Amino acid sequence: MMRFAVPIFPGSAGMDCVRAVEDVLAQPVDPVCHTQTDLSSYDAVILPGGFSYGDYLRPGALARFAPVMEGVREAAAKGKLVVGIGNGFQILLEAGLLPGAMRRNDHLQFRCDFQRLRVETDRLPFTRDYRAGETIRIPIAHGQGNYHCDDETLAELRQNGQIVFRYAGENPNGSVDAIAGIVNREGNVLGLMPHPERAVREWMGSADGVRFFTSMLKYWRESGAA
Amino acid sequence: MIKATITVKLKPSVLDPQGEAIRKSLNALGFDEVTGLRTGKTMEVWLEADDPGEAEARVKAMCEKLLVNPVIETYSFSLEEGK
Amino acid sequence: MQPEKSPLSREPAPEMIRDRKLYREMGLTDEEYERVVRCLGRLPNWTETGIYSVMWSEHCSYKNSKPLLRRFPVDGPRVLQGPGEGAGVIDIGDGQAVVFKIESHNHPSAVEPFQGAATGVGGILRDVFSMGARPIALLNSLRFGSLDHPRVRYLFSRAVAGIAHYGNRVGVPTVGGEVCFDPRYEDNPLVNAMCVGILDHRDLQRGVATGEGNPVIYVGASTGRDGIHGATFASEELSEESEEKRPSVQAGDPFTEKLLLEACLEMVEKNLLVGIQDMGAAGLTCSSAEMAAKGNAGMVLDLDRVPQREPAMTPYEMMLSESQERMLLVVEKGREEEVRRICDKWGLPSAVVGRVTGDGRLRLLHKGEKVADIPVQTLTEAPECVREGVEPGYYREYASFVPEAELVDLDPGEALLKVLASPTVASKRWVYRQYDATVGTSTAVPPGSDAAVIALRGTEKALAMCTDGNGRYVYLDPKRGGAIAVAEAARNVVCSGAEPLGLTDCLNFGNPEKPEIYWQLAGAIDGMSEACRVLGTPVVGGNVSLYNETRGQAVLPTPVVGMVGLIRRRDHITTQDFKKDGDVLFLLGETRAELGGSELQQVITGRIAGRPPGIDLEEEKRLQETVLESIRRGWVSSAHDLSEGGLAVALAESCIGGGRGATIDLSSDLSAIAFLFSESQSRVLLTTSPEMAERLETFLRERGVPVQRIGRVGGEHLKVRLNGTAVIDADVQELAEVWEGAIPCAMNPSSMS
Repeated sequence: MMRFAVPIFPGSAGMDCVRAVEDVLAQPVDPVCHTQTDLSSYDAVILPGGFSYGDYLRPGALARFAPVMEGVREAAAKGKLVVGIGNGFQILLEAGLLPGAMRRNDHLQFRCDFQRLRVETDRLPFTRDYRAGETIRIPIAHGQGNYHCDDETLAELRQNGQIVFRYAGENPNGSVDAIAGIVNREGNVLGLMPHPERAVREWMGSADGVRFFTSMLKYWRESGAA
Repeated sequence: MIKATITVKLKPSVLDPQGEAIRKSLNALGFDEVTGLRTGKTMEVWLEADDPGEAEARVKAMCEKLLVNPVIETYSFSLEEGK
Repeated sequence: MQPEKSPLSREPAPEMIRDRKLYREMGLTDEEYERVVRCLGRLPNWTETGIYSVMWSEHCSYKNSKPLLRRFPVDGPRVLQGPGEGAGVIDIGDGQAVVFKIESHNHPSAVEPFQGAATGVGGILRDVFSMGARPIALLNSLRFGSLDHPRVRYLFSRAVAGIAHYGNRVGVPTVGGEVCFDPRYEDNPLVNAMCVGILDHRDLQRGVATGEGNPVIYVGASTGRDGIHGATFASEELSEESEEKRPSVQAGDPFTEKLLLEACLEMVEKNLLVGIQDMGAAGLTCSSAEMAAKGNAGMVLDLDRVPQREPAMTPYEMMLSESQERMLLVVEKGREEEVRRICDKWGLPSAVVGRVTGDGRLRLLHKGEKVADIPVQTLTEAPECVREGVEPGYYREYASFVPEAELVDLDPGEALLKVLASPTVASKRWVYRQYDATVGTSTAVPPGSDAAVIALRGTEKALAMCTDGNGRYVYLDPKRGGAIAVAEAARNVVCSGAEPLGLTDCLNFGNPEKPEIYWQLAGAIDGMSEACRVLGTPVVGGNVSLYNETRGQAVLPTPVVGMVGLIRRRDHITTQDFKKDGDVLFLLGETRAELGGSELQQVITGRIAGRPPGIDLEEEKRLQETVLESIRRGWVSSAHDLSEGGLAVALAESCIGGGRGATIDLSSDLSAIAFLFSESQSRVLLTTSPEMAERLETFLRERGVPVQRIGRVGGEHLKVRLNGTAVIDADVQELAEVWEGAIPCAMNPSSMS
């Protein structure tokens, strides 16, 4: 069984991720208190969306110092799968586990919509069940989703194939190069602003998020870690 | 007691859409002479400390560790005695 | 016996309060003050005067509306809790219940729209989770003046931003509502917030203090000086001086609210609570007084124990503060520690601030002195005002007014474009895009359809919900307008596949001391009550907001209905968009020339006049039951209720949403304008697949519902012919551009935002 940890900070909307893993994969998933430092018994960590610490100071700026981040860093260093969704992505950026920074949407409003995304690569543990170049529909819901990095970093991300998802059609927040999600150089830490956990049943408006989770399980099984 | 007043600003190279929107509003209200506006934030921090040199080093550390995001922000601060 | 005077000698003494009539500044009339003196058997001190003034304000006591509110039907076989608690509760089977309420925050939103609207959301969330329910959805009903005015654009954009700010951060999806624009709301915007929650029957809580000696515990944010006399402020008309009253608007903290919500639900789960109530209007005063009164008990509070965030707060300030995100609890003696542990875990201040007594009095202690001593029941028994309503002159004049005369020669195609471009009718996507509608992963129908639908996990069921208000019809005929408000709300949830269960109401009216306003209020309540009775939807809770006027100009009398319905099975969920080319269109109900109070009339002539459409409640009931049954039998592809803009707008909306056109053939003696834009009630637009069409039509006729087969879905145009003559031929893309672009254009960047 592939064990998932979903660290919950004060203000997180963590149960959406917990339920998605349960409903889609039927694998064990634990909501983990932000004070717990040891995540070694887990195979994957999902930092959820929401508003940890009310987004005070900067989104993710306070969460990044929570005790549980020790366990998250360790999991990342060990090559385990670490995903940051929405606020989770912001936390990974603040923690330096991914490059760049997140800013306020350029139109200054919160934006909730079903967004078309292009899956840029199908070689990652998170995207194997997609086809490179495929367009999928996943909801976004954020006020600070405007991804920013300097030119040097952008060139690196492009060169190394670290850009995983781009916004297709309208860029909903002004992100540089329409970046919606990136992965680290090692390919095991992914951050994305759209919410695949909110697109796992057709009645939700789209089920394109299912394959995000199935990809991870497939990777884990095939990687011999099972 | 030492009070630090910290100003956090966006790096000059970073676009400030909020600043732009506010500038346009000022222009629309008749303040045509405004050609630019950038937003930032101010934090006032009270420290139980006596030595200004030490306080300066500590405030710098606070900025670097938590208060400022070095990817997109710069900062400056001043110190004053008393409450 | 006079309680000892507080050492705070800057407060006026009881004699000065009487002699200089200082109580008037707090909102008490001379008669009310006399009555307070009689209740106490002596002169009240400053703190006691303040307490009576807020408890007897209109906002807290409903003294002007209570006699009328009694006319609402509040009972039903599924009602577990009617009006009188934080929110209403209705059984939905399987040991579960739905909890919901709507509330206004009009006056604060006129002065500070962002925080006014945000704290409105905060308050209604607390009302729902104070019942032990987990909030699962938010909706809001907003009314503003004309978007031509910069100040209106400012109020509108800031109110929407405030609602988004608070709701999104608490993590409860905002899934529905309505936004209307009319010059009569220019100085008095209406901001009504509704919350829906879910609980298991065994978790139902009440705001009651019982058990002599039981501790009274304060949980949540600390108390500051914000919002003092907010309840009194809400009970007066606005004027230029209101700007100075800005401190009466509180600042909300949705992060603390989220922690408070989780902490309270944990206490509910652990069965810790004897009673729990939100500290809303009139803060600590209202919650303590009401809990004690409902429990037939008394309370003694030690104000030194109240968590304070500002120095040297007086008892008066602490009791009247409307600081947000606070709850008052009563638990069994000995369980205080368990509460503290939960609060500490969630990082919330908490303190035992008093205990329940058996003497029926509210006693307050401060710095060792007794600063107030009041018989509790008198606080919740404000002298009611029964007034006289007088029919206004315009009502008599309008009896003979014929709206159609000045409209009948318009070109229907042009009229449609004008109405679609009207902000009241136009797409509200600019608004709801700012609301997180997906958090919670339970939203089956997000904003954009007649009603929102939330799926109930672990069951096959879903809840449909909507808010529907109506100022124009109520102005033109309060009784008819009130009935229509209820009927339309029920019709909207029916079109989503739900059986209407019950409603919550927010009555937004002007100054009830004016006979014409009182006439409007009484008439609307009568109309609503009748509709509730016929349709079987009891009123389980609600709110009254009076004195919505500025410089003598009242808002349109606007009751807003929040309706909740139960969908038995997920496959019953229905939306209004046309689904498939070839689907057959049916128009259900009777269309008459009824343009009084219509969107067309307002858009073309700039005013409303005449009588509003009529309503036959039995016909409405038959229509709703039949539509619901048709949906349940699987015969319906799309269902859309007809309202503002009549058939033309309903057709356009269903085309735009479905991304496809339709070809319509109508036959009638009415003019094209009358048939297409009349707002006759009890009408629904259904589509079905060609295979089901005959079965559906037969069923509808059997049930006695008037039905016409009017056309087919298909193509890229909306083509309407009347008696063989083409009256509308519009490209759906063009209609979409007009409809979707109206509000973004009105809010363009050169305006103040």
